[in-house]
Amino acid sequence: MAVNDASLAPAREPILRLRGITKTFGAVSALSDIDLDVHAGEVVALVGDNGAGKSTLIKILAGVFQPTSGTIEFMGRPASIDSPSAALTLGISTVFQDLSLCENLDVVANLFLGQELSPWALDEVQMEVRAWQLLGELAARIPSVREPIASLSGGQRQTVAIARSLLLEPKIVMLDEPTAALGVAQTAEVLNLIERLRDRGYGVILISHNMDNVRAVSDRIAVLRLGRNNGTFTRDATREQIVAAIMGADDNVAARRDAIERTRAQQ
Amino acid sequence: MSMKPDASPIAYDRADARVRADTGLAGAARAFLDRIRSGDLGILPVVVGLILISVVFSTLNPVFLLPNNLVNLLFDAAAVGFISLGIVLILLLGEIDLSVGSMSGLASALVGVLWVNMGVPLPLAILAALSAGAAMGAVYATLLNRFTMPSFVSTLSGLLALLGMQLYILGPTGSINLPYSSFLVRFGQILIMPDWMSYGLALVPGLGILWFGFRQMRARAAANLSHASASVVLVKAGAVTLLLEGAVAYLNLGRGVPFMFVVFVLCVAAMQYALTRTKWGRSMFAVGGNIEAARRAGIKVKRIRLTAFMLGSSLAALGGVFSAARLATASQQAGTGDVNLNAIAAAVIGGTSLFGGRGSAWAALLGVLVIQSISNGLTLLNLSSSLRYMITGAVLAIAVIIDSLARQSRASHGRA
Ligand SMILES: Nc1ncnc2c1ncn2[C@@H]1O[C@H](COP(=O)(O)OP(=O)(O)O)[C@@H](O)[C@H]1O
Ligand SMILES: [Mg+2]
Repeated sequence: MAVNDASLAPAREPILRLRGITKTFGAVSALSDIDLDVHAGEVVALVGDNGAGKSTLIKILAGVFQPTSGTIEFMGRPASIDSPSAALTLGISTVFQDLSLCENLDVVANLFLGQELSPWALDEVQMEVRAWQLLGELAARIPSVREPIASLSGGQRQTVAIARSLLLEPKIVMLDEPTAALGVAQTAEVLNLIERLRDRGYGVILISHNMDNVRAVSDRIAVLRLGRNNGTFTRDATREQIVAAIMGADDNVAARRDAIERTRAQQ
Repeated sequence: MSMKPDASPIAYDRADARVRADTGLAGAARAFLDRIRSGDLGILPVVVGLILISVVFSTLNPVFLLPNNLVNLLFDAAAVGFISLGIVLILLLGEIDLSVGSMSGLASALVGVLWVNMGVPLPLAILAALSAGAAMGAVYATLLNRFTMPSFVSTLSGLLALLGMQLYILGPTGSINLPYSSFLVRFGQILIMPDWMSYGLALVPGLGILWFGFRQMRARAAANLSHASASVVLVKAGAVTLLLEGAVAYLNLGRGVPFMFVVFVLCVAAMQYALTRTKWGRSMFAVGGNIEAARRAGIKVKRIRLTAFMLGSSLAALGGVFSAARLATASQQAGTGDVNLNAIAAAVIGGTSLFGGRGSAWAALLGVLVIQSISNGLTLLNLSSSLRYMITGAVLAIAVIIDSLARQSRASHGRA
């Protein structure tokens, strides 16, 4: 069942510590009083129903929105993330749901977009070497980095987007619905990537609607409901417990339906 | 990191077994054929087009292929070529500038009025014309950036406004003759490169291919990346040199290579460098390919648009100055008629996509050769401008159809 954040979190200092984050859009409070910790080498899943505030929280950390109130501590120091580039320099990078790749450019150009080496005489050789190293770090399977993105599969594109997020050597990588558009094999590929990110010591924040994926790779699962913390779970929590926290009651339509389907599947 | 550049015997980019390792000349040829088949046509349509045009027009009138006619053709090509080079930049962003004809007309009128009528020194008059271009480009970019006014609409209004300005400053007489003895007119009509210089210059691209080719081979080998084989570089350099020296020799049978055309080619080469080897150029392609991705990558999209529109209109103005030099006059007709369409058609025929994100500076050079050949050939046949307009319109339509078909084919072959 839901437990206190502090009792679950490993003893060491978190990289990222959010306390009392609140965000209002006019009369709507999208987030109220959110607490969240992320440690190095840990995958934290952020789950919640549509409109729960997940994207808003990600955008605050990515520097797209400013919180109305609350504090953000990064590496033990108070931080203000007032622009996307501030987030990047701080060490927080984001893989947005729509990936943001240029299909007409090749893998190398996409990885280095906006961060090209030697702007007046592009160093294609060094960029290509670094591209292979980044992809190698993820043990990614991209046949050629000189092909346009248009020629890659969905999973390969996701891989490029994730590799791109590692270019500036961040501490935290945030992934918004990285498997939403993928098939079974490609989803597995991306889940492997996420585990590899954790093994390499990155803190990972993962947003996903897929409970099985979330429980497969997350160390902790933070549930948002109507813009508030609604419990933190370990991966041992049952699916029903998490769904109940997402829906806000132990007994509700979605949880019951879920239970019925699970029993059916087991029979 | 454990991967040292020289630690593994297999090149980074050859490690995946699914990649066919195209090596040597045969490999290069095979890769080329693959590209064509997938709809990545490169310069193929241009080459086919030029051969077709030469065959048709020289059968109809043998004068077409005479050296001196080709020299004239190159003189004419430079002016439209500059306008087209500017259009390439705008098209790369997926935008359009329909006012380049009027801009070039206004620029020629400005030079005529300032230099001939008011006695302003020629360089200053040209500078004023270029600044007018830059200012107009800045206006279009601002309308797009601040008011999200589609460039299609803003430049269409610009077309009329600039034409009005051209007529206004030319006044009731309507045309100003530029002095024949002046440098500008001699540059536009008679200045020809000495033989030795043209032969020497024709060696430069081949030498450049050798120098950069071998330098790149060494750099890639040192970084443990696959690289072209020496034979491919040698053959490329040899073929380019043969082709250029042959062309120069043929032109030198007539008057020779116009300086004006050489200036244009040098500008194309500089632009090609800027587009492919600088961060600015990469940003241009990114904005044209996926504007949201470009924005998130920290590219200042508005600034990129501003530079593209300013450069585009300035190049149109420069084209106007060159065409005034060519015709030795600044008139009300300058920049009207088929100038707009010729410039846009040249960029598209050369392989610049109307959909943004694809193209090159060479497109302007190759495309303008096609367009100018058609226009020249039709003039030799004494066809009226009514027919010329219809034919140029049809050529543009065909070029756009080829662009669309190639785009569909690329999409189905996953090549963007
Ligand atoms: N830019 C905005 N302006 C006004 N309201 C917003 C804005 N962004 C999000 N919201 C509101 O905030 C709430 C949380 O949205 P969001 O973070 O997108 O949810 P989730 O990603 O969990 O589905 C919703 O009620 C949404 O309508
Ligand atoms: Mg969302």
